[in-house]
Amino acid sequence: MNKTKPRQKKQGNGKQGNGGWYFFLIVIALYIILLILNPGKAVLSFKSFFSLLIKIIPTLVLIILLMGFFNYFVPPKKLRKWLVHERGTNSGIKRIKAWVIAIIGGVVSSGPIYLWYPFLAELRKSGVRNSLIATFLYNRAVKIPLLPMMIMYFGLAYTIVLTIVTMIFSVFNGLLVERIIDKKVFG
Amino acid sequence: MQEQRKTLRGPSQAVLKAAKSMYNMLPILGGVMLLIGLVNTWVPKTLYTSIFSKNPLLDVFTGDVLGSILAGNPITSYILGGELLTQGVSLLAITAFIVAWVTVGIVQLPAEALILGKRFAITRIIISFGFAIIIAMITVLILGII
Repeated sequence: MNKTKPRQKKQGNGKQGNGGWYFFLIVIALYIILLILNPGKAVLSFKSFFSLLIKIIPTLVLIILLMGFFNYFVPPKKLRKWLVHERGTNSGIKRIKAWVIAIIGGVVSSGPIYLWYPFLAELRKSGVRNSLIATFLYNRAVKIPLLPMMIMYFGLAYTIVLTIVTMIFSVFNGLLVERIIDKKVFG
Repeated sequence: MQEQRKTLRGPSQAVLKAAKSMYNMLPILGGVMLLIGLVNTWVPKTLYTSIFSKNPLLDVFTGDVLGSILAGNPITSYILGGELLTQGVSLLAITAFIVAWVTVGIVQLPAEALILGKRFAITRIIISFGFAIIIAMITVLILGII
């Protein structure tokens, strides 16, 4: 039995607050201070930023398109339907199906991770196991829309290997988390 | 007008939603890129070698700790990781850094503990911290073989 009782608290409306803007303004302030103290180096720093910006703009456009694609085809409501459907099933095939859905669900889910916590708590309340929840969370590491950026920096072979290894280990992660939390042997 | 609204629904609306969420991330992304510009100009390259030593085991641990502490969009970790790679930091350490960035998330621990339970959140984070090192080692090992 799972002893933890998550608080069903409504939160996360998709807005990130002003933290990001404060951070941006602090960096701008740093640039202004630098411009006064050492204009030459400030210009060099801005040139470095600009070349980085030019480098990633095409990838950012691609990411927006891919994120839109996933938002459209795999909305959270659909994902919930798939996972809750698997609750309480013990037969081999159904169990494997639930694992596959947890992996794919984690991969295709978009937006900040904390927005998914209330949804996952609700799933667990509905009977979805801790191992599946942890596996779902671990697979948030695999972001298909962001893969072009990873390929750009680290190459295709690296991206493929890391993605596959991460997905495999997500299952081990889920099993281990469940074993420790529930203190029971899987199966 | 209504027909026009209807055509906006569906894929175009989903792309607009994605663009909006990307727009929300812009100050963070812009700030990080501006910081990288500063770091590239001001921080001597020798600093990286002082943070990341020549010891692969120590480096992978350092990358794991850094990735666990720092937070934000995974794109930021790719940009930082890519920059670190050009500075000569090992792929092993960078992989641990990237994996820990997205799987550990110490910053999100309070939210995760509150909603999914303290025990679940702490256990998951500790295991994910260890797994980042294992995944980095296996990935680099496979890449060395192929």
